[in-house]
Amino acid sequence: MTSARVSLAVAAACAALAGLVIVAFSVGRYPVAAGDLASILWAKLTGAAHGIDPTVEAVVTKIRGPRVAAALLIGAALAAAGAAYQNMFRNPLVSPDILGVSAGAAVGAVLGIFLSLNVIAIQSLAFAFGLGAVGLVYMTAGAVRGHDPLLVLVLAGVVVGSLLGACVALMKYLADPYNQLPAITFWLLGSLASASPEDVWSTLPLMLLGLAPMWLLRWRINLLSLDDEEARALGVETGRIRLVVIMAATLMTSAAVAISGVIGWIGLVIPHFARLLVGPDFSRLLPTSVLLGAAFLLAVDTLARTVARIEIPLGVLTAFIGTPLFLWQLATARRGWQ
Amino acid sequence: MRVAAMRSGRRRFLCSVATLAAAVACHCGHAQSARVVTDAAGRKVPLPARVERIYAAGPPASILVFAIAPDKLIGWTSAWHDAERPFIAKRYADLPALGRLTGRGNTANVEVVLQAKPDFIVDYGTVSPTLSSLADRVQEQTGIPYLLLDGDFDRMTDAIRLIGTVAGEEKRAEALARYAQETVSEINRRVAKVPAGKRPRIYYGRGPQGINTGLAGSISAEFIEQLGAVNVAAELGRGGLVQVSIEQVLRWNPYIVVTIDPNFYALATKHPLWRELPAIKAGRLHLAPNVPFGWIDFPPSINRLIGLRWLARILYPDAFPEDLRPIVRDFYTRCYHQTPTEAQLDALLRPA
Repeated sequence: MTSARVSLAVAAACAALAGLVIVAFSVGRYPVAAGDLASILWAKLTGAAHGIDPTVEAVVTKIRGPRVAAALLIGAALAAAGAAYQNMFRNPLVSPDILGVSAGAAVGAVLGIFLSLNVIAIQSLAFAFGLGAVGLVYMTAGAVRGHDPLLVLVLAGVVVGSLLGACVALMKYLADPYNQLPAITFWLLGSLASASPEDVWSTLPLMLLGLAPMWLLRWRINLLSLDDEEARALGVETGRIRLVVIMAATLMTSAAVAISGVIGWIGLVIPHFARLLVGPDFSRLLPTSVLLGAAFLLAVDTLARTVARIEIPLGVLTAFIGTPLFLWQLATARRGWQ
Repeated sequence: MRVAAMRSGRRRFLCSVATLAAAVACHCGHAQSARVVTDAAGRKVPLPARVERIYAAGPPASILVFAIAPDKLIGWTSAWHDAERPFIAKRYADLPALGRLTGRGNTANVEVVLQAKPDFIVDYGTVSPTLSSLADRVQEQTGIPYLLLDGDFDRMTDAIRLIGTVAGEEKRAEALARYAQETVSEINRRVAKVPAGKRPRIYYGRGPQGINTGLAGSISAEFIEQLGAVNVAAELGRGGLVQVSIEQVLRWNPYIVVTIDPNFYALATKHPLWRELPAIKAGRLHLAPNVPFGWIDFPPSINRLIGLRWLARILYPDAFPEDLRPIVRDFYTRCYHQTPTEAQLDALLRPA
């Protein structure tokens, strides 16, 4: 692709995403007129008065706004983490959960619900346990020598993940069936229904902190898909870069999962979509994945809150919508994607 | 087991700390004469002076509000089953299903709740910091006051009176609170005369297999303690719901088995192990009616009052000789606002 065509494609993608954001803002179960929406957003930007019903303003700024922002952030984070992991593990079946971050976050959140803590404490526990689980996996794998380091890492992730899964199962079993069990079940299905402005402001810096090293190291991350020896011959220290990628991806995924609950599908499949579109080069794959992930989760969450009178769990909807889309793309794409 | 026991102890502690008797303070002379109500979690909730529309956040709250202020309830949390519908007057049964708002990642869409324009949201059940902070959040986001009430059996009358006060239905609430109080104290009075040796040992079988049961202190098995009977599972300690084996139940050898699950009721007489249990062999397996709401459990709200009378008669036939039919008719009329037909009463009271 020439550079002009690339910038055109980027501009088109950003315009499409902006269009999607406008649609997401304007639809919902509570009717908000387009004019009201525009004046509220305008007033928000300029600080001017708008004189619109405060309920309508609350819908736009406190309910829909944070939800749209959270969907964009979380979709982008999960897709970026997935793309980096698939590159690093040289395996298209890898998702950001592979090293146990979601399982760890699930244990943290379920423990918080089980102990009847407040929402902030539940989210913090989820975030901390997500980081802790990956730390544990990384250290376990580091203690084992003489094997393929990636294989050991994945194996440790799977084993620790299943242990954490057992912890979740135990707490579900012991939980109070009226108040705690439904809360646990909903958390494990993932939802943005209760996303608040504070959620968005607290996760945004963490997401950026994770995304920045991925973008800065994009050329070297590309080289991670080579054999360790080949990479070393090119002067790349795979071990250190791997650690940076793991830390960045874990930070983003953990922060995402802490406010949304477990959303599995995006990190696994969105990078494939991106590869079908732009090929495997990480410097193109990362921004494409970020845009696609953000757009996809925003679209799905908008459906989740508008299609039925009650909320539809995100984990369910992502798979129902994403799978046929992906299969269609797979069948019709001509570009090699591995 | 120990974990469960600890949890239950903690819950009790939280309950006793968090549920101070709800106080209503009137700030009169104010332009809108708004009130501030202290709820069971100790939260100060500002309420409008006149309340016309109430959104109940979960099934227990729906039943409570429906009993006291049916015309102010704006919807149910889920759609009715065909078997339940005929027990509720059509104009109430036809209210929309808005979803529930309790717990994280609720099924209700906040915008749907907003669109329904409730004057306040109320939840009735266990009060915990999780639910309290969620209520704060929803209140912050929507600007709709969110009230938490304690669902403990002993605090039922407090909850009834508070809803009556805030909904402007004091008379109805007072009558219902008296009824609840009288039902419970009458049962306590009569059960107290039953000697310890005559209090039956009960197994409460939940789930289609009947192998889930509530430990001592669990809200699901609360009715057993309320009736002064012995919960065989109490031997395992205090806590919530657990799964046990049929062999364990055989060893406990309960005198009576109670369930709310028709599948278990049908299975028990055919299953090679269950059928061997002396209580089941002797026909002392009892299926609690469950329409429109469960009689002994599920959801744990004021619907359990009638279950107490029902089970009291089964456990202590000498102390409770009265015919249940008029009592059930009265309860349904009082709480669900429609007198059941004779055929409906027959179906509810068929020997089980």
